[in-house]
Amino acid sequence: MKIAVCIKQVPDTETRVQIDSEKNWIKESNVTFVLNPYDEFAVEEALKIKEKNGGEVILVCLGPERSISAIRTGLAMGADRAIHIKENRILNGLSVAKALAEILKGMNCDLILLGKQAVDDDNMQVGPMLAELMNLPSITVVTKLEIADSKVLAEREIEGGLEIVEAELPAVITAQKGLNEPRYPSLRGIMMAKKKPVEEVELQIPDSEIEILNMEYPEPRPEGKIVGEGPDAVKELVRLLKEEAKII
Amino acid sequence: MEGPVVIFAETRNGKLRNVSFEVATAGKKIANNLGKELIAIIIENNENTLSHSLGIYGVDKIINARNPLLESYSTDGYAKTLSEIVEKINPSLILMSASAMGRDLAPRLAARLNVELISDCVKLDLNNGNIEVKRPIFAGKAFITIRSNSRIKFITLRPKVFTAEIFDENKKAELEEYNIDFSGYKFKSKVKEILQEKEGKVDLTEADIIVSGGRGMKGPDNYKIIEELADVLNGVVGASRAAVDAGWRPHSDQVGQTGKVVSPTLYIACGISGAIQHLAGMSSSKWIVAINKDPEAPIFKVANYGIVGDLFEVVPALTEELKNIMKD
Ligand SMILES: Cc1cc2nc3c(=O)[nH]c(=O)nc-3n(C[C@H](O)[C@H](O)[C@H](O)COP(=O)(O)OP(=O)(O)OC[C@H]3O[C@@H](n4cnc5c(N)ncnc54)[C@H](O)[C@@H]3O)c2cc1C
Ligand SMILES: Nc1ncnc2c1ncn2[C@@H]1O[C@H](COP(=O)(O)O)[C@@H](O)[C@H]1O
Repeated sequence: MKIAVCIKQVPDTETRVQIDSEKNWIKESNVTFVLNPYDEFAVEEALKIKEKNGGEVILVCLGPERSISAIRTGLAMGADRAIHIKENRILNGLSVAKALAEILKGMNCDLILLGKQAVDDDNMQVGPMLAELMNLPSITVVTKLEIADSKVLAEREIEGGLEIVEAELPAVITAQKGLNEPRYPSLRGIMMAKKKPVEEVELQIPDSEIEILNMEYPEPRPEGKIVGEGPDAVKELVRLLKEEAKII
Repeated sequence: MEGPVVIFAETRNGKLRNVSFEVATAGKKIANNLGKELIAIIIENNENTLSHSLGIYGVDKIINARNPLLESYSTDGYAKTLSEIVEKINPSLILMSASAMGRDLAPRLAARLNVELISDCVKLDLNNGNIEVKRPIFAGKAFITIRSNSRIKFITLRPKVFTAEIFDENKKAELEEYNIDFSGYKFKSKVKEILQEKEGKVDLTEADIIVSGGRGMKGPDNYKIIEELADVLNGVVGASRAAVDAGWRPHSDQVGQTGKVVSPTLYIACGISGAIQHLAGMSSSKWIVAINKDPEAPIFKVANYGIVGDLFEVVPALTEELKNIMKD
């Protein structure tokens, strides 16, 4: 099986977001960048499938120079090689999907895995867009994946339940938490990753048709209060919920 | 902004979902402002009250896309259906809910139409005839206001942010049946089965009241007291990642940056410290109550009301007190 995993480098979830002076993105100084958490599930799933069926796992990442650290993380987990599409702009979903499709079209992969969402833009777009551009099936937010006889059977999360979806390979799948437990790169893996091939490519990607007009912080929450200590405070809490918050 | 406003009216088990009314209401406001028609596309629906149930929210016309092959959901089948109709209508704006189906379907449809998509809008404004969209990024640690320059503006709306409001009690939408032809088309993916967790169970993202337990719960069995509190309040149980990773609660219960982003009216956090990733998922709740034995826990910084104490004493006492006053 030839499996591609699309990965993105994103700010660590610990990041305290600071808005830049142009108010169209965050200040990147002091930010630690990591492999997008959902993409870890995608990489892990690819490695598990490879371990079972044999084959190759190829990472495809679009982003600036610094993205190499996320690529190395994926390689250290066990991916075989990577393609790095160099791009410094912040692009919206369709532009990213088009660039990825351009690279993936000639590769004849059996399976393409992505995260369900990049935790910076939170778009949840690239997977199904890529699938449409490549004329392949897409199954998103997958928590369980079975592959047999070139068929995919996947469980995906919906409101208050699960959908069982069937498709044929090649297919595009986006990974949700619960799909697996991503492995930590071993020391040996980290050493080996340094020698694995990373192909750098440049594409002519048009500007996104999305304009960022402003960026702002959420409304600050009102000053909270400690109602009291222990079970004795319960009466007062209930009174506040009733009279002040008017919820009950 | 030339063409009409189009919404996708989502159904589950043949019934319109509430998110469809939220989207219709938001669509009506824009359509009215621009002096445009509001058209709802619905797929394979047999409700005979359809023209009234959508009409009252301001929908002028319903296009019911018909083909028995669409009875169960197919991402590509639905995207093909909608794109065919959309290309005929040539709307200026498409609105859809950022529900589980909307999140799956909208990007596929956008790519098919070759337009950019704006996901998860929480505020929709018209500025000199341009649509400006506010949406959270970094799980709500910041918000951006953006504009799409694509030929069709395509936006999904975060559930429960926009309220459904009746526009006209007596309005009936015009109903048009539209037959979609799938001969020669092979469906790429198909839903085989839907497993409902519990009949009538409300999803965290749609819940009005959430009671969450974290590592302070100490074990899976202790969630009984959280469930009891949730029950008296008619709420839903959530959890921190620590509790989920310990195997105490299912993944679908996790609230936070890599779980569900929720905005209930009331969020009660029990034995949860308030790590930045947890706060990202619940800080937009209207009212937050925290119960924690550590007065320094960061959760108290976002809580409207805090009780410092042992949750194993406070939570049952709260349940009892609520039962008492609910009796009156
Ligand atoms: C990439 C990444 C993504 C993450 N995403 C999420 C996410 O989506 N959601 C999430 O929740 N976390 C997430 N986390 C984890 C997060 O950083 C914290 O580790 C986690 O939220 C801690 O959970 P907790 O508050 O239940 O546990 P703790 O931080 O251990 O807090 C337990 C609290 O319980 C209190 N307590 C203990 N006993 C009692 C008692 N008897 N009575 C009252 N109080 C008591 C303690 O005082 C303490 O404050 C993520 C982490 C990473 C690295
Ligand atoms: N720049 C990128 N390079 C490679 N993959 C990406 C990129 N952006 C997004 N993806 C993939 O698409 C998924 C969804 O991203 P998004 O649609 O931005 O939320 C991510 O989890 C990645 O797997």
